[in-house]
Amino acid sequence: MPNAPFYPRVFARAFSHAGPAFVSVAAVILGWEAYVQLSGISPTALPAPSRIITQGFEQREALARHTLATLQATTLGFACSLTAAFLFSVLIDFFQPLRRALFPVFIITQTLPLVAIAPLVVLWFGFGLTPKIVLVALVTFFPMLVALAQGYEATNRDIAALLASMGASRWRIFLMARMPSALPYFFAGLRISVTYAVVGAIFAEYAGAARGLGIYILNAKNNFRPDLVLAAVFVSAALTLLLFSASVLVQRAAMPWARLAEQRR
Amino acid sequence: MSPARLELVGLRKSFGATEVLADISLSVQPGEFVSILGPSGAGKSTILQLLTGATRLDSGRMLLDGTPLSSAQHRFAFMPQGDALMPWRRIIDNTTLGLEVQGMSRKAARAKVEPLFAEFGLAGFERYYPAQLSGGMRQRAALLRTVVQQRPMLLLDEPFGALDALTRAQMQRWLADMWTRHRWTVLLITHDVREAVLLSDRIYVLSSRPAHVVHRFPVPIDHPRQGASAALSAIEAEILTTLLHPED
Repeated sequence: MPNAPFYPRVFARAFSHAGPAFVSVAAVILGWEAYVQLSGISPTALPAPSRIITQGFEQREALARHTLATLQATTLGFACSLTAAFLFSVLIDFFQPLRRALFPVFIITQTLPLVAIAPLVVLWFGFGLTPKIVLVALVTFFPMLVALAQGYEATNRDIAALLASMGASRWRIFLMARMPSALPYFFAGLRISVTYAVVGAIFAEYAGAARGLGIYILNAKNNFRPDLVLAAVFVSAALTLLLFSASVLVQRAAMPWARLAEQRR
Repeated sequence: MSPARLELVGLRKSFGATEVLADISLSVQPGEFVSILGPSGAGKSTILQLLTGATRLDSGRMLLDGTPLSSAQHRFAFMPQGDALMPWRRIIDNTTLGLEVQGMSRKAARAKVEPLFAEFGLAGFERYYPAQLSGGMRQRAALLRTVVQQRPMLLLDEPFGALDALTRAQMQRWLADMWTRHRWTVLLITHDVREAVLLSDRIYVLSSRPAHVVHRFPVPIDHPRQGASAALSAIEAEILTTLLHPED
């Protein structure tokens, strides 16, 4: 086995994937920095990236504390939402009339404007963790449910017919064929929903919370500190990217066969 | 005389207003290889759906070893069109699928299947995923999955239809060779005349929809048939004539 050139090749491939993104992000930041320095615009209107980084670094302890609160709300809310979406997807798959009964309700929940709903949820559930969990679940539940329901439908008919000919029960066919067939759809839904989840948590916090990036942003804005607003925004973007990458890694671990299929093409 | 392994008498089946099977009667003796040959869309696969219980017949009788089949029984080992391998299961776990559904533990099922990999030309590929195998190997794995179920009869639905011509010819010869050794009772659905003639003891030719049996051809040539290509070609030509000019 040619072990020696393995690691450099992996790095080279990782760079060829991430390189273009890195260059474009760096170009935006450099352009921004240059504009602020050359135009002499006030830092209370548009702070330079360098100022955002240094001020954010000085506030690192507060930022870390609030970030942790947001991360906790996001993961808890998302876990609740995933559990509920999975249970409902199974129910809907076995009792099709339920689909027609429930989908309109779920679709309506997706049309509610978050700006209006977030303060109400805080009013009902207080400044603790609960309203954040509710809001995160509200924005992520339906996309996950749709992804799962579509994934079950994508089951190869031949495989289902084969299992039925072997005498497999409906539940057995669900476990052995429909659920694994839904995995690619599930992970596609997961990657999208996880980005909504962070936004949902921040919205809830913005409407009122004891801790979290949302309330940090609100306070920084009220103190005329756009640099700290943007520092918190950068942190939340980093948080979203982190969760996104985590879901990609989980997908790779859960579906080792998918990459093999790619290699053959 | 002992009863036929499979006896179908006057099967009729319609889907809504579409009459698919008009009158299908056929029989398969134990250890016999029988093919159903017909134009595409004739309802050949519907016969297998009736046997596997995927759909119910309107009228007619289906007897297995002399006793009527109820749809709740799963007495056939079925190989669908395409290989229907699960991409998420390794080859060995695909081949044990039927045994697992029958209630065997995965470990016991693996132990039972493993010794057969060499004979099916899959030795060394137990741990591979289906996506890593060629089309021919995937079909051999699908056939292995079918025969290890140890059902009284195999139902093969156009098993080589999706393969390229060369691989298909190789697989047909390989299946003929395997059958000569094992003498499974087989009902094969195909629209490939050469395939039917190479493999079968008897061939039923169906009309186009609504399907009925228009002709029965015995293929009285001993297996292995590799040396008998002239005699096979003569039968093939005769069947082709029947298919192309059904009125004569």
